[in-house]
Amino acid sequence: MTSPTTSTSEQEASPLGPRRFDVGRWARRSLAPVILAVALFLGIWQAVVLTGWRPDYLLPGPATVLAALGEISAAGEFWQALGRTLLRALTGFGLAAAIGTLLGLVVARSRLLRAAIGSLVTGLQTMPSVVWFPLAILLLGLGEQAIMFVVVLGAAPSIANGVLTGVDQVPPAYFRLGHVLRAKGWNLYRFIVIPAALPSYVGGLNQGWAFAWRSLMAGELLVVIPGAVGLGNRLAFAQEFGDAAGLLAYMIVILVIGMLADLAFSALSRRIRLRRGLTVR
Amino acid sequence: MTGPVATAVMAPAVPGRLQLAGVSKVFGRGDQRVVALEGVDLTVEPGEFVAVVGGSGCGKSTMLTLAAGLEEPTTGTVEAAGGVALMFQESTLLPWLTAAKNVELALRLHGVGRDERQERARRLLAKVRLGRHADKRPHELSGGMRQRVALARVLAQEASIVLMDEPLGALDAMTRDQMHDLIEDVWQESGFSVVFVTHNVREAVRLADRAILMGSRPGHIVQELQIELPRPRVMDAAPVAALASELTRRLREEVARHDESDYFDI
Ligand SMILES: Nc1ncnc2c1ncn2[C@@H]1O[C@H](COP(=O)(O)OP(=O)(O)OP(=O)(O)O)[C@@H](O)[C@H]1O
Ligand SMILES: [Mg+2]
Repeated sequence: MTSPTTSTSEQEASPLGPRRFDVGRWARRSLAPVILAVALFLGIWQAVVLTGWRPDYLLPGPATVLAALGEISAAGEFWQALGRTLLRALTGFGLAAAIGTLLGLVVARSRLLRAAIGSLVTGLQTMPSVVWFPLAILLLGLGEQAIMFVVVLGAAPSIANGVLTGVDQVPPAYFRLGHVLRAKGWNLYRFIVIPAALPSYVGGLNQGWAFAWRSLMAGELLVVIPGAVGLGNRLAFAQEFGDAAGLLAYMIVILVIGMLADLAFSALSRRIRLRRGLTVR
Repeated sequence: MTGPVATAVMAPAVPGRLQLAGVSKVFGRGDQRVVALEGVDLTVEPGEFVAVVGGSGCGKSTMLTLAAGLEEPTTGTVEAAGGVALMFQESTLLPWLTAAKNVELALRLHGVGRDERQERARRLLAKVRLGRHADKRPHELSGGMRQRVALARVLAQEASIVLMDEPLGALDAMTRDQMHDLIEDVWQESGFSVVFVTHNVREAVRLADRAILMGSRPGHIVQELQIELPRPRVMDAAPVAALASELTRRLREEVARHDESDYFDI
């Protein structure tokens, strides 16, 4: 290295500077709109209540409901229901993720399977998963298995689809690179294809979660398992007992769980994109 | 300064020797049919630095693709003895890996153990003078830095034949000069053979032992020229410029023989 022109090369600064995930910034950009949305929602709700469209005992205002929420959450049965529901959601989603990922990878590797199963997966996705409940209850009985069946069926196609889209969008240059680096078979997938497909896969997981959550809530409204009561069941009970404030309180809990999960997924996908320089802060 | 070399008989395989004999490559069928290469005979000797110069679309990349074994020739044979590494037209660093991890991946796929590959990746990055940027991701590096990481990755493969497809096409003149020095250094140090594709004639004269001129429609080798200027050469020096304009003149003649105007940098 004798050339004088090369000696300064290390001083070249990166044009963009290092980028790391910044919690404060994420909070400002992702959390602030959520808080604003909540405020708007509460405002509209209060306004509707004030019009006197429905009597107070049918449609209580936010303050009453928040008080009910405080009361409910002091009781053990609320936490039991929350725990039961979260357990179901995580088990169902976990199962769906395992099945969907495996299915996606297998289908992506074979052109024939892709053509055959690919459209089946898309077809499954267009079907509202609640439609599966009558069959699931018929086949598996009114129990945990019927709920899991529908949750997995609702979520797995989206996850498989995320894998497929991700693999499809891997730039051909990466496959050529893989060939040159002699990454074959599983190594090609492990080091190049799967990481390249990751952003789309996380998108699929996010969508899969949303379907799993919906299916689970539908399931808990339809299926009551004695001794295993979830948030959806509590919601149904509140309606049966004419407890409007409790009903709305449980709805809020369900909404918040969905929103938190969504925030977590969007933070994850943002983080991935940031690390790859796919997005600006 | 001979015509295409006749290679009816294949020489024995010595690591670093690349032989293309009677190679043609046809893409597509019917209306889509494109003859990208026809009757290409080329032997690159171990340790030799060959530059391939030609207008856009004359089949230079196709030739490297065949030499790297990414595609099969339609006719003819390609024999590459020893490992082949390829540096692409645009850097194909994996964006989710840091510079060091990109280099390490090449080592890992060649079965190098963890501690050794970390150590070797650091050394290679230091060699391309990116030691301090080892933990940056590709999008945090400039174009020139990215191509240096790509060069380090190529070196990690310890191939005896290195193919480079216009690796400096997107760089400014200054950075390009630095890369020339660097490539020449590592080549002289490691002794692999190089096929360097460019449409910059001066670049070919700056770097190569031998320049291959290609013509298009279909892609074929028109002429070759031994470049016997002593090293180190300087891109702007008179002998390089003189030889470059001679080469350019020949390429112009070649282009004039075809109706469609291909272009190339001087
Ligand atoms: N995969 C492919 N399918 C069809 N045609 C192709 C394919 N690859 C190359 N070609 C055609 O072969 C010819 C040679 O292409 P090639 O990329 O080798 O040119 P090149 O000399 O590298 O050009 P450039 O200097 O612009 O990179 C072109 O006409 C191109 O359209
Ligand atoms: Mg090319």
